[in-house]
Amino acid sequence: MQLDYTAEQKAFRAQVREWLEAHVPSAPLEHFDATREGFETHREWEKVLKSGDWGMVTWPREYGGRGLDLIQWLIFEEEYYRAGAPGRVNQNGIFLLGPTLIEFGTHEQKQRFLPPMAAGEEIWAQAWSEPQAGSDLAGVRATCVLDGDDYILNGHKIWSSRAVFADWAFGLFRTPGTDRHKGLSLIFFPLNAPGVTVNAIKKINGHVGFAEIFLEDVRVPAFNRLGDEGQGWHICMATAGFERGLMLRSPARYQVAAAALAQLWAQRKDGADPTLEADVVRAWMNAEAYALNIYATASALIGGAKIGPEASTNKIFWSEMDIHLHRTAMAILGAEAEVLPEPGEHAWLDDYIFALAGPIYAGSNEIQRNIIAERMLGLPR
Amino acid sequence: MDFTLSDEQKMFAETAQTLFADTCTPDHWRKLMEAGEVRHEDRWAAIVENGFTLVLLPEEVGGLGLSELDFALIAEQAGYVALPEPLVESAGVAAPLLAALAPDAEVLADPAAVIAIQHPINPYVAHADGAVALILHHQDEAYLATPDQVKLTTAESIDPMRRLFSVAWDPAKAQKLGAADWDLALDRAAVFNAAMGLGLAQRAVDMAVAYAKERQQFGKPIGSYQAVKHHLASAQVAIEFARPVVRAAATDLGARDMQARARISHAKIVALEAADQAARASIQVHGAMGYSWEVDVHLFLKRTLALTGTWGTPHFHRNRIAQRIFTQPVGPDQTFARENHHA
Ligand SMILES: Cc1cc2nc3c(=O)[nH]c(=O)nc-3n(C[C@H](O)[C@H](O)[C@H](O)COP(=O)(O)OP(=O)(O)OC[C@H]3O[C@@H](n4cnc5c(N)ncnc54)[C@H](O)[C@@H]3O)c2cc1C
Repeated sequence: MQLDYTAEQKAFRAQVREWLEAHVPSAPLEHFDATREGFETHREWEKVLKSGDWGMVTWPREYGGRGLDLIQWLIFEEEYYRAGAPGRVNQNGIFLLGPTLIEFGTHEQKQRFLPPMAAGEEIWAQAWSEPQAGSDLAGVRATCVLDGDDYILNGHKIWSSRAVFADWAFGLFRTPGTDRHKGLSLIFFPLNAPGVTVNAIKKINGHVGFAEIFLEDVRVPAFNRLGDEGQGWHICMATAGFERGLMLRSPARYQVAAAALAQLWAQRKDGADPTLEADVVRAWMNAEAYALNIYATASALIGGAKIGPEASTNKIFWSEMDIHLHRTAMAILGAEAEVLPEPGEHAWLDDYIFALAGPIYAGSNEIQRNIIAERMLGLPR
Repeated sequence: MDFTLSDEQKMFAETAQTLFADTCTPDHWRKLMEAGEVRHEDRWAAIVENGFTLVLLPEEVGGLGLSELDFALIAEQAGYVALPEPLVESAGVAAPLLAALAPDAEVLADPAAVIAIQHPINPYVAHADGAVALILHHQDEAYLATPDQVKLTTAESIDPMRRLFSVAWDPAKAQKLGAADWDLALDRAAVFNAAMGLGLAQRAVDMAVAYAKERQQFGKPIGSYQAVKHHLASAQVAIEFARPVVRAAATDLGARDMQARARISHAKIVALEAADQAARASIQVHGAMGYSWEVDVHLFLKRTLALTGTWGTPHFHRNRIAQRIFTQPVGPDQTFARENHHA
């Protein structure tokens, strides 16, 4: 083990820092879930990132990336959060679908989909869940039927984040007559295709953060299917591995929040409940532990290891840490906790409300605990 | 930056694992407990033969001159079997402290010699009765004594494999070693206790998993019930997020700065919390069996209890972390920062 950065890694950090200092917008952007304008300003930011070649640092150069390794990715993320750069409106694409496409896609598919994804030109939504298929995702009912060189898609998707404003979605579809995990395919469809209806759903904060999607005889080329017909479940589980295991939540997010919490405590501790200091310390410990764990995972992956069911431990850890951290902030703020933040203020309240979704999305924590128990510990189903 | 273990480190840890698995079975504990002993001579001889007592000693005094991480990996395996012998206390903490103060000390020449250490942070000295020599403290200075130069009073531990003593002695009659680095001894002990905590935790989970696959209720294995699964999955999460902290703490221990101390304290807290959570979950999953003397889970609970309070309480260690957080820069670029140069 060697826990110092190499000279190259330090130089890389300096390079990222310099670029971000010159380019990160001085005023925070409006949230991408709040309005169309908020969404579009984030799309513009993605284009700025791309102009500096920072759209997706780990992808191969030929597909719009920078070809960096996972340690460099972590350094990039650390600087990104440190700089207070805008949230990534295309995270479904760049962090989830992207790595999956790189692993399972054909060269033509990668060429078609990855560069515009890295450039923010095409923003993606994930259309897996259905009203009857949430935790039990293998119960998906939406169908795909091959018709010549095209698929005809039908069905009803729900809870699709950012689908209201996004351009494309990747969804799970069933070949009629098949059952459960077998017979599912992963297919891409444009959200403005004829037959697609997107209805916004408001989240508990009032933002139109997710949507339901109705598909009626939507025609897409068979080229849009990732992997073979019937291979969709296998591929989706790989995506879920990225989602839970690594890419969706880089440690820097929590380290920035923990640092802000330490500052909040330093400002407010006079007269505050002294036992809260232990929670502030705990929040820092959690964020550090998460960072160390991810550095360990990244090192192992660079050494040739594969992400396994232990990815589920990450998802539980970051979601619970996020809630603990923000509950601590709420407790420190006391009677002020309920007041909506002014623009430009640290949005403790918004972040707390968002943290509450963590144990639900990306596979609920109950499901993750089942996975850990069955696939890591080997307990019977 | 590379967070992986070397092949040599993995090999060393595997050797320890095999040796302990072969020789330190529940049967062995039972026999020791019945005989009222805390050391098995054959096992101790095998530990010595494999060089585990020499890992941290400098090459000049005949040691292997390896790192704290190397020793921590062995300590983790020692935790997994709740090793009765004082390998960590003697070879991990006392011997290197003595080597730094008195490299010529006679006891260091014998790799099988057990050395006990009285540290200002601990109320008792562990395993003083079986020690060939004791390191004692008086007004910050270290002294060396033989067992016949001191008077030991037993304080009985709930852990049947730990022997605790108050020591009465006369500094005029012991050999004065000089000002010792008690802080380094504390840091080493904290990291190695944390490493043992990881082992204790994993064993408690593994025992519960094995039981939950066998024990049937309502016509199926209890391990198929979700409440049981979730107890154990939660404990495993705690282990997974303590392990890299312990390894990073061991790796950086030598830096001796506030960052290193905070990491060590972090490791001590979370690894023993994981062990506590795992032991309690394991008892719950075993039902009344888990509450019986018959089943071995209680040994892991008791060792966890002992290691949690010794070598700095969670409160002591939390304060060291607070000092780092509130006086040094924190944030995403500070994970591997040092006190004197910030990334
Ligand atoms: C903010 C947010 C964003 C989301 N974004 C997307 C998106 O972009 N794309 C998308 O496809 N989906 C998205 N989702 C949906 C999310 O993936 C599902 O909500 C999740 O998988 C749970 O499914 P469900 O809501 O149908 O709950 P249900 O499956 O009905 O579960 C309800 C409760 O029962 C528990 N439960 C269910 N089955 C079991 C079991 N076997 N054992 C124990 N407990 C069980 C669950 O843990 C949960 O607590 C999003 C959800 C949220 C909250």
